[in-house]
Amino acid sequence: MIEARHLTKVFDLSPARARRTLDAGPDRARAVREAGGVLAVDDVSFSVERGELFVIMGLSGSGKSTVIRMINRLVVPTTGSVLYDGTDVGGMTPRQLRGLRNERVGMVFQHFALFPHRTVRENAAYGLKARGVPRRERLRRADRALEQVGLGQRGGAYPDEFSGGMQQRVGLARALTTDPDVLIMDEPFSALDPLTRRSMQEQLLELQRDFRKTIIFVTHDLNEAMRLGDRIMVMRDGRTIQLGTGPEIIARPADGYVHDFVSDVDRTRVLTAAAVMRPPWVTAALGEDPAAVLARLERSRARGAYVTAPDGGIAGVATPEALSAAAAERRADLEHCLGGDYTAVPDDTPLVEFCHLTGGHAVPLAVVDRDKRLVGVVPRARVLDAIASAAEDRSEHA
Amino acid sequence: MPRIPVGTAVESSLQWLVDHAGGFFDGVSAVLLFAVNTVYTALVSPLPFVLIAVFGLVAAVTTRSAVLTVFTVLAFLLVDGMRLWTQTLETLAVVIMAAVISVLVGVPVGILAANSARVSVCVRPVLDFMQTLPVFVYLVPSVFFFGIGVVPGIVATTVFAIPPAVRLTELGLRQVDAEIVEAARAFGPRPGQVLREVQLPLALPSIMAGVNQVIMLALSMVVVAGMVGAEGLGGVVVSGVTQFDIGLAFEGGIAVVVLAIFLDRVTGALGRPRSSGRRTRTALDTLLRRRAREEAPREPEHAAA
Repeated sequence: MIEARHLTKVFDLSPARARRTLDAGPDRARAVREAGGVLAVDDVSFSVERGELFVIMGLSGSGKSTVIRMINRLVVPTTGSVLYDGTDVGGMTPRQLRGLRNERVGMVFQHFALFPHRTVRENAAYGLKARGVPRRERLRRADRALEQVGLGQRGGAYPDEFSGGMQQRVGLARALTTDPDVLIMDEPFSALDPLTRRSMQEQLLELQRDFRKTIIFVTHDLNEAMRLGDRIMVMRDGRTIQLGTGPEIIARPADGYVHDFVSDVDRTRVLTAAAVMRPPWVTAALGEDPAAVLARLERSRARGAYVTAPDGGIAGVATPEALSAAAAERRADLEHCLGGDYTAVPDDTPLVEFCHLTGGHAVPLAVVDRDKRLVGVVPRARVLDAIASAAEDRSEHA
Repeated sequence: MPRIPVGTAVESSLQWLVDHAGGFFDGVSAVLLFAVNTVYTALVSPLPFVLIAVFGLVAAVTTRSAVLTVFTVLAFLLVDGMRLWTQTLETLAVVIMAAVISVLVGVPVGILAANSARVSVCVRPVLDFMQTLPVFVYLVPSVFFFGIGVVPGIVATTVFAIPPAVRLTELGLRQVDAEIVEAARAFGPRPGQVLREVQLPLALPSIMAGVNQVIMLALSMVVVAGMVGAEGLGGVVVSGVTQFDIGLAFEGGIAVVVLAIFLDRVTGALGRPRSSGRRTRTALDTLLRRRAREEAPREPEHAAA
């Protein structure tokens, strides 16, 4: 959908001079600095899939805001290119570029950047006004966008009558009114208090479930990045350090910088059941002989076995007592020794939401995939291990 | 250090201009004279009491201050009572002309300067020159070009009054939050749309402060313009001073002050944000907006038709 190739941006030097300086030698950053310029972004490449929520994470000065402004060419790259479905933005005429910004890309800003002299409704309608849509039509569509962000009745107010969270909802509505495929969000929730930020994040995820926009989201908050991002690109000093999914970055930080970052993340919200589960020690198929299962169970340390149905789903749990009773009755299968004494969670459940469910039964917590098939188990010890390693990281850091 | 004949060079180039571009200056002179006479005629044609009522109404609507409204009415009645009514209107006509020209020149230059560092750097010394060069230095040459009378007064006044229009327009535009301008650009408006719909409205308080300054400077030049034969209050004051008629000079001076206070408060109120909090809407904006709101309900009829 969007492809950024070797984006580089030098500020404070003329483009020609900047390009000459970049070609000068191996240490580009130093060469640019000595020429009196600033190398804000240094050879950044990535591609964003349709419907993906792509997060660019870095501290201030890492070049992340410059990168997203090169995507809709508010900042012209010194070298490198941005492609939308294969079309190079740099090759567009001013008119095509306006069309791209107006119809395909919506943008949300850190400090909201609402027009203080216009009503909330007129703010939300701005993109359509730029497009030349008649007043009545654009206000109607602005109202609909305001409805989506939960401000349906407040269109007549002025932005300064609103709290920060509400203002950013207006900013989001303004970006949604033009119905773009792509949303560029530049630290949209950084200026909000933690509670508001949380609810805005949830609302964004909800909108994303409904509309499946392609979103490029900038933040300096790794927790936010982990919560929202399908994939995360970590930037530092204008360069990409690591690009991967949240759990990948937590599990294998590319360098000490990312590792330091990661140690501050609340792992219980990032690690999912799939990340901490292990294979069950003993499982049994529904058609097996109770005596054989009992023998396997007694050789292991397990205190019960998950019994799977032919479709892979969990049929129930067989305890040693039930199995020996069935063996004594010479039953041919496990049909009569199934108990319901277990809990199962989907594999994408975050640790924080299932840790209290572990340890309540003879068998460990079951983890099932989307088709309800048993994919692993999480005994209480695994949960403690996962939390402990996070704490260890933190104390190491301190 | 050898003598550098700057003065001679200026003189000869002025002479060259008078010799070769005299027709042009005559044309400008005629246009300005016609324009200022039109304004004057429009002001003088209603009865003084009608115009005073209009001034009072303007003061009431723009400033919403009962005190200023009463002051306006009483002060202009006093002016009429001093038999300086026509001279005051002559002066007002000159001020209006000079202010209009200054704004028409100054605001676009300010816009250019705000958008280009190069223009800004070039314009700044010119403005310094216009503001600090002693008035008489160019008042007298402007008599060469435009003859004795009201026109050199307008020209000299305009030269003096343009700088604040440029400066405050540039300042106002530069002070508009860059993120807001960027936000506007991010939605792909046509060129000029951002300036018209976002930058200028947000810079309006500063621009109106510039207009206010333009008018006040123009008024302060009026007396000086009286020396080159411009009629009006300047003429009254100059003849009062030269004939040692202190009373007449004072009367003329009081009329200037009345005009100054009225114009300052009215234009000041147009540029000031309306009381409520940190809202940036100005009185002028509110007036324009009210019109826009009144238009809104009519739209369904358009649709039906």
